[in-house]
Amino acid sequence: MYKIVRRRNLNDCVTLFEVDAPEVAKAFKPGQFAILRVDEAGERFPLTIAAADPARGTVTIVFQIVGKSTRKLNALQEGDQILDFAGPLGKPSDLDGLREVCLVVGGVGSAAGYPLAKALHDEGATVDAVAGFRTRDLIILDEEYREVSKLYLVTDDGSAGEKGLVTDRLAKLLDEKKYDLVIAVGPLAMMQAVAKLTRARDQRTVVSMNPIMIDGTGMCGGCRVTYYGEVKFACVDGPEFDAFGIDFDEAILRSKMYRREEREEDCRLL
Amino acid sequence: MKKRVPMQTRSPRERVKDFSEVALGYTKEEALLEAERCLDCKHAPCVGGCPVEIDIPKFIREIREGRLEEAAKTIYDANFLPGICGRVCPQENQCEARCVRARKGEAVAIGRLERFASDNHQSEIRKIAPDKEKVAVVGSGPAGLSCAAELAQLGYEVHIFEALHAAGGVLTYGIPEFRLPQRVVDSEVGRLLALGIKIHYNTVIGRTKKVRELFNEGFQAVFIGSGAGYPKFMKIPGENLNGVLSANEFLTRINLMKAHLPEYDTPLKKMRKVAVVGGGNVAMDAARSALRIGAEEVHLVYRRGREEMPARLEEVRHAEEEGVRFRLLANPVRILGESEVSGIECQRMELGEPDESGRRRPVAVPDSDFVISCDAVIMAIGNHPNPILASSMPELKTNKWGCIEVDERLRTSVPGVYAGGDVVTGSATVILAMGAGKKAAREIDAYLRSRHAL
Repeated sequence: MYKIVRRRNLNDCVTLFEVDAPEVAKAFKPGQFAILRVDEAGERFPLTIAAADPARGTVTIVFQIVGKSTRKLNALQEGDQILDFAGPLGKPSDLDGLREVCLVVGGVGSAAGYPLAKALHDEGATVDAVAGFRTRDLIILDEEYREVSKLYLVTDDGSAGEKGLVTDRLAKLLDEKKYDLVIAVGPLAMMQAVAKLTRARDQRTVVSMNPIMIDGTGMCGGCRVTYYGEVKFACVDGPEFDAFGIDFDEAILRSKMYRREEREEDCRLL
Repeated sequence: MKKRVPMQTRSPRERVKDFSEVALGYTKEEALLEAERCLDCKHAPCVGGCPVEIDIPKFIREIREGRLEEAAKTIYDANFLPGICGRVCPQENQCEARCVRARKGEAVAIGRLERFASDNHQSEIRKIAPDKEKVAVVGSGPAGLSCAAELAQLGYEVHIFEALHAAGGVLTYGIPEFRLPQRVVDSEVGRLLALGIKIHYNTVIGRTKKVRELFNEGFQAVFIGSGAGYPKFMKIPGENLNGVLSANEFLTRINLMKAHLPEYDTPLKKMRKVAVVGGGNVAMDAARSALRIGAEEVHLVYRRGREEMPARLEEVRHAEEEGVRFRLLANPVRILGESEVSGIECQRMELGEPDESGRRRPVAVPDSDFVISCDAVIMAIGNHPNPILASSMPELKTNKWGCIEVDERLRTSVPGVYAGGDVVTGSATVILAMGAGKKAAREIDAYLRSRHAL
C-alpha cells in the first residue's frame, strides 16, 4: 500500500498527489512513469511522475480525470492508500550534453515535462518552455516552470498568455534559433503537429508516448507503436522516441481502442 | 487393466459458458482403482522423467494403501506446487512416457493421481526460521517459487521480487481458470510463502532496483527467474490495427485483471469472430477463453498440421470439443481493416522436409490466399525473455534470442547470480522451470557454503 501524503487540486480536472513510495523515489529519473492500481477491482494504468524526493521517499504524480480509474483515484484524500504503485518504468530521457532545449507541453503533459525542464535547468542548460492550455482556468505548474525555464504560455481562447496553439509560438522561436533538442509532451495531436513543424525545419525532436498498457514491463504488448516502420513497445523501448519516426495516425487510432468499451465523460484540458 | 481410469470432465456445452475447471479430478474410488495399475517397478523409470524427481511409485503405493496423507507428503517433499503440476504438467512426455505400462497399453495416470493426492490432503507447513544468508529471487513464477522454497528449507532468508501486484507469474496471469483455478495457485503459493519467504510486489528488477543494488543491500546471491513473457508478433501488415492483441495481453486482462467480470474496471474488447494464431497451449488457452467471453466463432490458425502442434493433445481435444475451428496449414500474411480488424488473410501451406526441430517445415502454396473474416486477432506465437533486467546489467551475458546464458550449474556470467526457467530456455513448461529453480537453489547453497570454507 502506498500512502498519499499530500493532495493538491491543480484545477477542476487535474490533481496532484505526493505518494509515499521510497523505492520509486530513489530510482526515478526524468522521463519515466509509474503504473498504479487504485483498488482490488481497479485497472492498471500508467501515470506521469512529475517529481521525486528520495530524501522524503515520495513521488509526485499529476493526473487528469479522464475516466473511471482516474475518477476513483481522484476520490482518494490525504492519508488514503493506493493499492499498487510500480515504477519507475520506461527508459529515462537522455539529456546528456544538451545546452539549449525547447520543451513543448500541452495540458497535463506539462506535469510529465516538468522534471525534464528542472533537470536540464539544474545541469545549466537553457530551457524555453511552451505550455499550451485550452483556457486560463486549466493552467497548471506555471510557477514551477517559471523557476526553471523561460515560459511561453499559450491558450486556445487567449484568456492567458498568447492566443493560439503551441506550434504558433514554437514556429516563432524556431525562426530565431535552433535548439539542441525539442521535447514535446502532451496529447498525440499536439505532438504530431510539433513533429510536422520541426521536421520541416530540420529541428531534432523527441516525443513522449503514453499509450494504453497493462503491466508497463513489456508483457502485454498493448503499447505497441510503429517507429520507423518497426514495432516497438513504448514501455520498454520508450516512452521517449525520435518524433520523426512515430506513426502518429496509428497511435491516435490505437488510443481509441477501448472507446466503445469505456464510455466516460472526458475532462477536456486542451 | 490396459486402459487407465478416465477422469470426469464437464460437458463441452456446459463448460464453455463459464471459466470453471473443465477436468474434475478423480474420486477416491477412481484414484484407488488407477493406483492399482501401478506395477511398482523397482527401477522406477517414471521418476527419471520427472524434472523434480517425485518418488512416484511411493506416493502411488500410499494412495493404494489408503494412506492419503502420506501420499501428499511424499509428493510435497519433492514438489511445492503439486496441485498445479498435477493439472498442467505434460506428463505424457515426462513421467508417463517412461511408464512400463505404456509399452502395452496406457501409462498409469500419474498426473491425475498427483492431483488427487494434493487436492485431498495438504501436508503441514512449518515456518522455518532462517539462520543463513539473504538470497534474492527475481520473479514469482514457477522457477522463482521453487528456488525460493528450496532455499528457505535450507535455512536461507529468501526475498522474492515480483514486478506485478500478484504472485505466480504465468500461473496467475497466463493459464486460465478452466485449466488451473486461481484458488489452487493462491493456496499452493500461499503455503509456499508460509515457509517464511518474503515477497516484494510491484518491484521491477532492472527498473525499481538493479541487481547490483540487491548485493549492496546484503543479498549474497541472486536467482533470476523472470520468465519469457515478452510477446512475439509476426511482423505482418495490419498487426497494429485495433483488435489485434498478444495472447499475453488477452489472457492477462482476463486472468490477472478479471476484465470479463462486470465488477472489475479493466476493459475487454468485445469480440464476435476471433482468429487465434498459433498451435501451442497458449493458443488453445486464448481460443477457449475467447469462446467463454462470448465469441460466436473462434478460428485457430496454425501453419503446420495437427500432428505438429506443440499443444498437449488433451488441450487440443478440449478446444475442438468446445467448438474451436482449426484452420491448419494456414499462415497469416496480412491483417485486414481500416482502424479495426475486419479479417485475416492467410496463405495455404503444405508440409515439406523436417526442419531443425524435427517437425516438417511448412511451405507456402502459391496463389492460395484466403480470408477469414474476424473482428479480433490474438497472436499466440510465443514469447521472448523480458529484456528489462538484462538491459540494466550489461555484464550479464545473453544469447541472440535474449535468453540468459548459464553453465551446467546454472551460473550466469556474473558471480553470485544464477538463472533458470524460461529466461534461460525460452518458453517451456512449468515443471522444467520448477526443476531449474530447485537445481539453482542447491547450486546457490553449494556456492555460499564454499565461500564459508575459504
